[in-house]
Amino acid sequence: MFELINTLLIGITAGSIYSLMAISIVLVWRSTRVVNFAAGGLALASSFVGAAILEKTGSFWIALPLAMVAGAIFSAFIEYFFLRPLLKRSGDQGAEIFLPIIATLGLLGIIKTILNYIYGDRIGALPPPLPDKGFVVSGESIALSPMRLLILGIVLLLMISLTLIFQRTNLGLSLRASSFAPEISRLAGIRVDFIRTVGWAISGAAGATAGILQTTNGSGSVSPESFEFSLLLVFGFVAAVIGGIESLVGAVLGGLTLGIILAIILMYVGGSLVFIAAFLILILVLLLRPQGIIGAKGGRRA
Amino acid sequence: MGVVHKRHVTNKHRFIGFVLIGLLVYILSNTVDEWKSFQGATIAVYVVAIASIILLTGYSGQISLGHGALLAIGAYTAALTQIYLHLPVWICFVAAVLVTSLFGALLGSAAARLSGPYLAGTTLALAVGLPSIANQFSFLGGEQGISFDAGWPPLSFGEAFTQYKWFFWITSLAALIMMWWIQNLLRSRYGRTWRAVKTNEVAAELAGIHLARSKVLAFTVSAGIAGMAGALLAATINNVSPSAFPLALSFSLATGAVLSGVNTLGGVMIGAVALVAIPEIASLVADRWSGSESVASLLPDFIVSALLILTVFLAPKGPIEKFWSRHVK
Amino acid sequence: MLRIDNLTVDHGAIRALHGVSFNVEKGQLAAVIGANGAGKTTLLRTLSGLNKASEGQAHWNDHNILHSKPEKLVRHGITHVCEGKSVIPELTVSENLELGSLWRRNRSESAQSKREVLELFPRLGERLSQRADSLSGGERQMLALGRSIMSKPELLLLDEPSLGLAPLVIEQIFQAIRDLTTAKGLTVILVEQNAMGALKIADVGIVLNLGSIAASGSAAALKDDPAVRAAYLGF
Repeated sequence: MFELINTLLIGITAGSIYSLMAISIVLVWRSTRVVNFAAGGLALASSFVGAAILEKTGSFWIALPLAMVAGAIFSAFIEYFFLRPLLKRSGDQGAEIFLPIIATLGLLGIIKTILNYIYGDRIGALPPPLPDKGFVVSGESIALSPMRLLILGIVLLLMISLTLIFQRTNLGLSLRASSFAPEISRLAGIRVDFIRTVGWAISGAAGATAGILQTTNGSGSVSPESFEFSLLLVFGFVAAVIGGIESLVGAVLGGLTLGIILAIILMYVGGSLVFIAAFLILILVLLLRPQGIIGAKGGRRA
Repeated sequence: MGVVHKRHVTNKHRFIGFVLIGLLVYILSNTVDEWKSFQGATIAVYVVAIASIILLTGYSGQISLGHGALLAIGAYTAALTQIYLHLPVWICFVAAVLVTSLFGALLGSAAARLSGPYLAGTTLALAVGLPSIANQFSFLGGEQGISFDAGWPPLSFGEAFTQYKWFFWITSLAALIMMWWIQNLLRSRYGRTWRAVKTNEVAAELAGIHLARSKVLAFTVSAGIAGMAGALLAATINNVSPSAFPLALSFSLATGAVLSGVNTLGGVMIGAVALVAIPEIASLVADRWSGSESVASLLPDFIVSALLILTVFLAPKGPIEKFWSRHVK
Repeated sequence: MLRIDNLTVDHGAIRALHGVSFNVEKGQLAAVIGANGAGKTTLLRTLSGLNKASEGQAHWNDHNILHSKPEKLVRHGITHVCEGKSVIPELTVSENLELGSLWRRNRSESAQSKREVLELFPRLGERLSQRADSLSGGERQMLALGRSIMSKPELLLLDEPSLGLAPLVIEQIFQAIRDLTTAKGLTVILVEQNAMGALKIADVGIVLNLGSIAASGSAAALKDDPAVRAAYLGF
């Protein structure tokens, strides 16, 4: 019984981090119709910034927000200097639709090598700021620790903030309108290009948070070759697709679902099968319910 | 799209062209050293692998970021066939192609309804997930992997005929045969059907083409070719393990395809040579410039990624088409 | 006033507008009629910044409006209601309306505009929190028009507002357009296939054929012109 609860707790924690990454991917997808594979690299870079700030100030509570800001800036930078010219060119030459996707792959490679060059063998340390020893319940230590609660709390806070922004503010309305119907939005006077950059900035902040939380929840240190970040990228993407890549709520549900299922597999089957399990889950969802958990029918074709 | 001047090239011309290339390879194999033979074999592997991507993405319009996984399937199949069934090397190659094709058919039927980012992400998940299966099942050899022995050159070839030269010969011959077959296939009605579906699905369907069948076929054939590339890779490095098929391999192949010009088979050598040459050039440059080890090891990846981005920006249809249209304008 | 000089627009290799020139006085309702493919939509899209002109000039109140982004032109008072898809289905009626006034700084003025729109189209008021995709065709057109008013337009470009609507609804819409033009002193370019209905409420008319102006003049004169009647009004 305890084992099951523990597994669920582990799964929900991991899943909530995947949800953040999924949100990052969905935000970019909805505003630009591009899957930003470089998001993994951006999360990595932001995490390094977080580690550096932690080293300087010794406070996780300063490092996290600043890393989020860094993530937002990096992401906006890429949208402005990289993606806009790219989209303009793809539009002109009627080239393949997948080319922007491949370009973000190239960008990921460049970010990784630059980080590798700057940091080399050094690693950034991001130890958990709160104790991650589980609480003791009826004499047994369960997987719920102050750190875990913190992670869940941060993710919850971000979700609520994002929802409020999107649903109740003018900025949110502009964001939604621009992603649903850019042309109509332009004709209504909305600066769609600027709004798109804002969307990317928010996406970058979400990705940065995911990166930092993933590190503190995992090995506690970030290095350029961290497998954790490839993992984050892939699982974040899978979570986004499972949830129906069009909706933020879907991203959250997708992430949690994925996290729980993977935790169960990890516990009861074996660690090496986790990836292929993610793949199978993805295929299954796409086959049985192509629009994802939340998605509306008829919107699968990019 | 500029008008491309098409010379009147017949099949006979092409056959002669292939024979000439074969001759060139033969001459090369006799003049280069061990290391270059190994590189030559690697180029041959890449040629086949990139061709499989060009078929799938350039012709059939389906993106795959996971061809590394397909190569892995081919490689493992070849090795397992040899270890457990003790069959000759050539049969192992065939087995690799068949098994990977089957997998491709399965994958293709799942993928037929996907497009763009969904397909990209699914294949990405496959590329990350598949190789680690080897760690779960002991008969797959775990991290160390299992070995594949492509044999030794026949004694009649003489003492000086090294094993690496043998690999070079096998892979090149296989690559040539495969390329001949592929380019015939792409010119046939199958290739035309794939192109038609890629260009305009609605029109193709109205013209009576069965969309799903066409897409699944493309995946199947592409997978088979990738399986062959995997088997050839196994022959070249003598061993198959998960570390031979990292995510980076799938990315490299995708890059190679873009560098070659994803739309046509003609430029496939460019991508393959680039993938092998870039690490070489990069280490030369790094030695000259900074002598720092980290730069040396990082430069190849950096150049490859940068090239990818540049190509996408400047020559999205591939350097060859760009050259042609410039030339003709 | 709107001044258009020698406007030429190409879609790739196809020339959609050939050196079109005309003027519309402030406060006038100009009906632009013509067959499909005559270039009417292209004309509006070029004026609102969605399409690029290859040659020629266009000035609104002596301000050059070509080669600007649509969102910038809105701030100069040019609002374009596209044919058929001017409403965002996933947003509510209220959100669709507010979309038009997001760029405006003055909150109370925007609220005033919203009240005006709801007075003009009470049906929208009943459905404020419903998603726009639950509206009927006529209601969507009202919503589109309403949103355009929220943008504080001076020059209003309307593309086939009657498309797909029942005759009674068309009358309502046309009447609303006429009332708005007069009440707010708007300058309106009304592109329509429903030539008769458009000419009835217009002050001036322009007939486009294959990218060039075939006829122009006061709406009343055009309505009675036998050549125009035969070609475009069906009798």
